[in-house]
Amino acid sequence: MSNTPLTPGVVAGRLGPEDYDKNFADAYPPLDPHEALVAADRCYFCHDAPCIAACPTEIDIPLFIRQIQTGMPKAAGKTIFEQNILGGMCARVCPTETLCEGACVREAAEGKPVKIGHLQRYATDTVMGIGSHPFARAPSTGLVVAVVGAGPSGLACAHRLAMYGHDVVVMDAREKPGGLNEYGIATYKTPDGFAQAEVDWLLGIGGITIKTGVRLGRELALAELREDFDAVFLAIGLAGVNALRAEGEAHDHVHDAVDFIAELRQSPDRRQIAVGRRVVVIGGGMTAVDAAVQAKLLGAEHVTMVYRRDRSRMSASQHEQLHAVSKGVQIITDATPLRVLGDGAVSGVEFAYTSEGADGLETIGAPFVVPADQVFKAIGQKLEAAPGGLEIDGSKIAVTGSGRTSLTGVWAGGDCAVGGDDLTVTAVAEGRDAAEDIHAELMAASRVAAE
Amino acid sequence: MADLSTDFVGIKSPNPFWLASAPPTDKEYNVRRAFEAGWGGVVWKTLGLDPNIVNVNGPRYGAIWGADRRLLGLNNIELITDRPLEVNLREIKSVKRDYPDRAMVVSLMVPCEEDAWKFILPLVEETGADGIELNFGCPHGMSERGMGSAVGQVPEYIEMVARWCKQNTRMPVIVKLTPNITDIRYPARAAKAGGADAVSLINTVSSITSVDLDRMSPEPMIDGKGSHGGYCGPAVKPIALNMVAEIARDVETAGMPISGIGGVTTWRDAAEFLALGAGNVQVCTAAMTYGFKVVQEMITGLSEWMDEKGYESVADVTGRAVPNVTDWQYLNLNYVAKAKIDQEACIKCGRCYAACEDTSHQAISMSPDRVFEVIDEECVACNLCVNVCPVEGCITMEPLAAGEVDPRTGEVVDPNYANWTTHPNNPGAVKAAE
Ligand SMILES: Cc1cc2nc3c(=O)[nH]c(=O)nc-3n(C[C@H](O)[C@H](O)[C@H](O)COP(=O)(O)OP(=O)(O)OC[C@H]3O[C@@H](n4cnc5c(N)ncnc54)[C@H](O)[C@@H]3O)c2cc1C
Ligand SMILES: Cc1cc2nc3c(=O)[nH]c(=O)nc-3n(C[C@H](O)[C@H](O)[C@H](O)COP(=O)(O)O)c2cc1C
Ligand code: SF4
Repeated sequence: MSNTPLTPGVVAGRLGPEDYDKNFADAYPPLDPHEALVAADRCYFCHDAPCIAACPTEIDIPLFIRQIQTGMPKAAGKTIFEQNILGGMCARVCPTETLCEGACVREAAEGKPVKIGHLQRYATDTVMGIGSHPFARAPSTGLVVAVVGAGPSGLACAHRLAMYGHDVVVMDAREKPGGLNEYGIATYKTPDGFAQAEVDWLLGIGGITIKTGVRLGRELALAELREDFDAVFLAIGLAGVNALRAEGEAHDHVHDAVDFIAELRQSPDRRQIAVGRRVVVIGGGMTAVDAAVQAKLLGAEHVTMVYRRDRSRMSASQHEQLHAVSKGVQIITDATPLRVLGDGAVSGVEFAYTSEGADGLETIGAPFVVPADQVFKAIGQKLEAAPGGLEIDGSKIAVTGSGRTSLTGVWAGGDCAVGGDDLTVTAVAEGRDAAEDIHAELMAASRVAAE
Repeated sequence: MADLSTDFVGIKSPNPFWLASAPPTDKEYNVRRAFEAGWGGVVWKTLGLDPNIVNVNGPRYGAIWGADRRLLGLNNIELITDRPLEVNLREIKSVKRDYPDRAMVVSLMVPCEEDAWKFILPLVEETGADGIELNFGCPHGMSERGMGSAVGQVPEYIEMVARWCKQNTRMPVIVKLTPNITDIRYPARAAKAGGADAVSLINTVSSITSVDLDRMSPEPMIDGKGSHGGYCGPAVKPIALNMVAEIARDVETAGMPISGIGGVTTWRDAAEFLALGAGNVQVCTAAMTYGFKVVQEMITGLSEWMDEKGYESVADVTGRAVPNVTDWQYLNLNYVAKAKIDQEACIKCGRCYAACEDTSHQAISMSPDRVFEVIDEECVACNLCVNVCPVEGCITMEPLAAGEVDPRTGEVVDPNYANWTTHPNNPGAVKAAE
């Protein structure tokens, strides 16, 4: 063996075993109890707090922080979970600088917001560490709801419905539940099998059955689900990826970033994962950052992320961009791919610089080549296999109110439905709100039936 | 450079910072280190008669903390020195000999019998100590034996013991007062009547700092039980300042030297005690929390502030604020102010709004985009918003000029001073001569 970051080509084992452990460990280690008290003490307990409004799940942040302050992290955790049952994951993956912490008055005052994300993790870790589930189910209603997609949106919906006493069957095409929590989120944000542990803990409410390896459009049909269940919630995320539509896309070692990331998340041994010496990632979102950073962490010598517009348009937050740069990723903006070069295996990507013209992006100047022996495409995911009969708005499932689709008895939420940013926390919020609406609808219907 | 040296009832010290009688002054080793660190003087840990008392062998302290575990209040159930009298006397003598320029005051607590005082005073005199402080303040342990605050709560005893001491020693006598009393002026007057040279205050405040909710016992807990202790540290400063001011402005005791004690933690606290009439200050908790080095901050801070203000000596500062301490009934009721929010400084936390809207006068408005403004028609200038605002200087109290109309009352602000004693709503108002 003995590969190094300088070994040419796409090879595994570029680093020593301890480097892998270090690189993929918790990037933001948890607060210890004293740190948590100090951080909690900075909260002003604002009136009608702006951070609450900035959280898509509207967690009562000042209240949970005050509960930490007064030595009650369990109560704090419960305050969080009441609004956001995946508060543990959100504490790790939310771009807090654009959400709650971005709205913190101390951000305005001194550029140092209260560490809401860290405190949320402290409180939720405390509750999840106890083992027992903090909520109890209402008496059974005898009604059964189908949830398609076991990502954050589907899980949040299922939990809320189960809490109200409904039985829920969650069906997912993949082998494991969790959606992108399990297959997408960067390894260093959620190490040590947290995603599965969280699913197990969430199921502690009872009344939820998970079926994996079943795909809507293959084993499942929407019409049957509507027949067999009292309601259906679709939370199938964005299973497809956008194509580059550039010549040479089929060369060897040109991959979708999401596949590379999923492989990394599922790999029992990261030493086995091959990575190029020179890696090019095309795209400007969270997926591009995660692929680029993790390629670097696997020992690639040069990693270049190329985005076609300017930095302010990148959907990766500034914090994410800085994180990438701090790990040694080079970011090139305002450049669009023209061709993927190579002969069998990829050897580089030719780009042209762009400028924002009257009719969209225009290429300018002479093209340039970034040498590469591995290329990851991260130019966006798209809805795939939306069942027929559903109204589509743009590229997503059309919904009104709390996730009602054009078909009665069918709700949708998360990335697959219109509205919301494609974030874990918005997926949770939409799943929860759809569950509230489904519950209200089912209860109203059963009251009518009883009369 | 300001001159920090003081002459307190004839006892000279290079600066006004003395260590109060407590663990920091309980033995030679400590006091030598304190003097090396720069303390101007010490009041040696209270001596008693042999056989020496004993302390508990479990926790003696309980505490209250603020942010980041900053110690705000300390409570103790320690007694006077638990070492033999002879050992303490020998050590006092040795330290005083090596540090002749520092103040060495010895705290004493013996039974209320003249013979006991006649016995101990010559022994202390023999050490070369500069003065004595009578500990009439300790609220726990000793008071049950008829000493400490049991004496400090009975003015007649104070007067009697002070007189015995004045009659039996040439050393200046400082009487240390307990705050565990309703009106501090009575014991101070008694000390003066007995001929004491000065008073020092406060000793600790009777307290229970917290309760262990598992064991259902007060803290500090000794084998499942707790006892009230004496509270000190930053939390007691407001109580101490008021008591010092009461004595400084009482006609009977005005001018009597005061050694200010209670929560002195920074140079600023010290300056406040001086301004309210203290000739020097004593410190215990701050030293116990941060070590002897804190005195360096106190010395440099006080000195710099005095230079800035043009005060040349500590005596220049002493009592400066006393003429401005008055009774409520003499406050000017024609003074009208309004809160004002600096929109540039405001960080939109809304605490002023919650405080005023929920608990006060509904005098702050909140717009949908979180602009907070004072409604002058409602504002009574209570200052609550200023106190709860996390941004210093963001909300201020702006006085209305004479002649302006107060939008709340619709009345024109009167330029003349007028207080409650002449107010029409006061049934006992003194009518102006007709
Ligand atoms: C690489 C990457 C990194 C990200 N990092 C972050 C981050 O740091 N922070 C953040 O907030 N957000 C991040 N996101 C976005 C976030 O993961 C998503 O917004 C969120 O997971 C959406 O949740 P969801 O439940 O709608 O969909 P998903 O999590 O995508 O779950 C959908 C589920 O549906 C299943 N499914 C799909 N089609 C079918 C079908 N036909 N039949 C049955 N099951 C089906 C899938 O297997 C999957 O389990 C990231 C996304 C990616 C791709
Ligand atoms: C542990 C401890 C023991 C004390 N023992 C004595 C004592 O023996 N004699 C005495 O006069 N005061 C004693 N005090 C009171 C202090 O001298 C001082 O009056 C009080 O602590 C207030 O000052 P501070 O706020 O700076 O601590 C003691 C205080 C503490 C904390
Ligand atoms: S869920 Fe996310 S946005 Fe909401 S409070 Fe928690 S970390 Fe902030």
